[in-house]
Amino acid sequence: MSHTVLQARDICKNFHDPVTIQVLKNINFSIDSSEFVSVIGKSGCGKSTLLYILSTMDTDFEGELLIDGESMRNRKEGDLAKIRNEKIGFVFQFHYLLNEFTVLKNVMLPGLKLGKLSDEAVEHQAMERLKILGIEDLALKMAHQISGGEKQRVAIARALINDPLIIMGDEPTGNLDKKNSEIVFDIFKELAEVYHQTLLIVTHDQSFAQKTHRIIEMEDGQIISGH
Amino acid sequence: MTNHRLIIGIAKSLLLARWRQSLVAAIGVTFSITMFITLLGFMNGLNDMLDSLVLNRTPHIRLYKDIKPNPDQPIDLSDVYQNDYNFIQSLKSSGGRADIYNSGAIMQAIRSDDRVVGYAPRVSSPVLYNSGVVNLNGVVNGIDVSAETTLFSFSDYVTSGIATDLKNVPNSILLGKGVADKLQAELGEIIWVTTSKGEQQPLKVVGYFQSGIQDYDKVQSYTSVATAQKLMGKSNSYITDIQVKLKDINMAPPLAKEYAQVFQTDAEDIQTANSQFETGSSIRSLISYVVGITLLIVAGFGIYNILNMMIYEKMDSIAILKATGFSGADVKRIFLSIAISIGLFGGGLGLVFGFLLSLLIDQVPFNTAALPTITTYPVNYDLVYYMIGIAFSIVTTYFAGYFPARKASKVDPVVIIRGK
Repeated sequence: MSHTVLQARDICKNFHDPVTIQVLKNINFSIDSSEFVSVIGKSGCGKSTLLYILSTMDTDFEGELLIDGESMRNRKEGDLAKIRNEKIGFVFQFHYLLNEFTVLKNVMLPGLKLGKLSDEAVEHQAMERLKILGIEDLALKMAHQISGGEKQRVAIARALINDPLIIMGDEPTGNLDKKNSEIVFDIFKELAEVYHQTLLIVTHDQSFAQKTHRIIEMEDGQIISGH
Repeated sequence: MTNHRLIIGIAKSLLLARWRQSLVAAIGVTFSITMFITLLGFMNGLNDMLDSLVLNRTPHIRLYKDIKPNPDQPIDLSDVYQNDYNFIQSLKSSGGRADIYNSGAIMQAIRSDDRVVGYAPRVSSPVLYNSGVVNLNGVVNGIDVSAETTLFSFSDYVTSGIATDLKNVPNSILLGKGVADKLQAELGEIIWVTTSKGEQQPLKVVGYFQSGIQDYDKVQSYTSVATAQKLMGKSNSYITDIQVKLKDINMAPPLAKEYAQVFQTDAEDIQTANSQFETGSSIRSLISYVVGITLLIVAGFGIYNILNMMIYEKMDSIAILKATGFSGADVKRIFLSIAISIGLFGGGLGLVFGFLLSLLIDQVPFNTAALPTITTYPVNYDLVYYMIGIAFSIVTTYFAGYFPARKASKVDPVVIIRGK
């Protein structure tokens, strides 16, 4: 059973500083559950801008964004934060782990914030995620003590903690060497194929994109293929 | 509230990860609260001491018979001149009696008034002290020693001898230190006292007292009410002053008016008699509050700076917290929690150190001839200053944390994340 997880309708965005430039023009597409989608395009084509709009973090746009069938327009900042917490997992180019916490606690934080499970249950889930990614032995290390590739895997575990509807990635392999990039890609692929996780990954790495199920190609703020 | 616990937990981790910085901020608060507590305790200790010099010994209301012209003149009673405005020239004071009329009944009425703590009767008379060839002007006060001691701490000012001897030894007198020095009267010696009416009486010196006001000690002496009455050749209903202590000092002015009217006598309240003392006390308190609050504000800027720095350092953390579902309000709460923890910790330590410093000051010797009862610097340990101290520390740190926290809550995660 697949249903529409995310839908963009006529999304436009302008930058006003210093002069008005339209960076996104009438973006229309939708993503169904269990899809593994990549967005590619040259630098400055607006793919990251689009991702941040889809992630609800950027609210300054025109058009309509539906996540899980609900409109994201005119929502309060607190509501959007709750939606991100519950429905979206993020993996960025940079890992953004909190150095003050252990790996385990970093993974647990969004789960604790959601507050649906007890602390023990969240911890158990976090360990499960770390096991899937093969880094359970790092759980009690501090975040700054592990390597770059490991950090990115921890960031993926963190994105998975609340069983999100969709995982969004902004160049998740951009900072990694070839070997680690492959590890991360394999993880995404496994998530998509074994766990039927919906994924939307922005990348400029052609070889990465080729291996995904669907490629959306962008140029000059428009989707030119892969609607 | 798991959310609440989570936010406190995150705040704690951020705080402890930078514990040196946090400690410096807390020490700033500790220092100001320490100084605040010490300063207020010391200032108010001094205030209390100076107040007690006068206020504790001054009755809240004094009933007496003033020497003045009789307000009811015969011409005003005449029917013929009832509607005229009458001028009387060369009117003299009618000074027949210096005692309060019907004093026994008045004292009984005051005793049953529940606004009153107690009263002490007094018989005052100008006298001459004679010892050897020396004759000195002075005033003898016949007092009820036990009432004066409980109400006006009389025995505190008796430096040699025992106050209650006035009651227990017949025909005894307590001399002001100044009087005793001039007469060279030793304890146990007999001096002669001559009243204005010419009567003489030998009295035994049972002690000295030192009020801290030298001019006063050079003229005043005390004896018992009965001795004073005997000295003046009056009956035991002869009372010149009734000193009243009230439960609420602020009731003094209206009650003085009421008593003056009801008892047909003159009444003076403490506020009218000693208004300058209250002004002095309140200005001293004001100065200590101003200094204390200034110190706290300086500490507040310290906290503000450290939190601001922390926020710049933690931009990434703030961005990811917001990306993963923490709202602006949550982020604000995290940083406010940090600020208030610094305030509570620093303030709490400040209270402890302030108390210790006060104890230390309390041990420093402070001897002055004018204040016989004081041997060390006076310190006030009123709990109120400690409450104000901790409340101020929380309020200051809250405001010091508020602006950085608001800035943190407004961090746009997109700007931070895309900037990488």
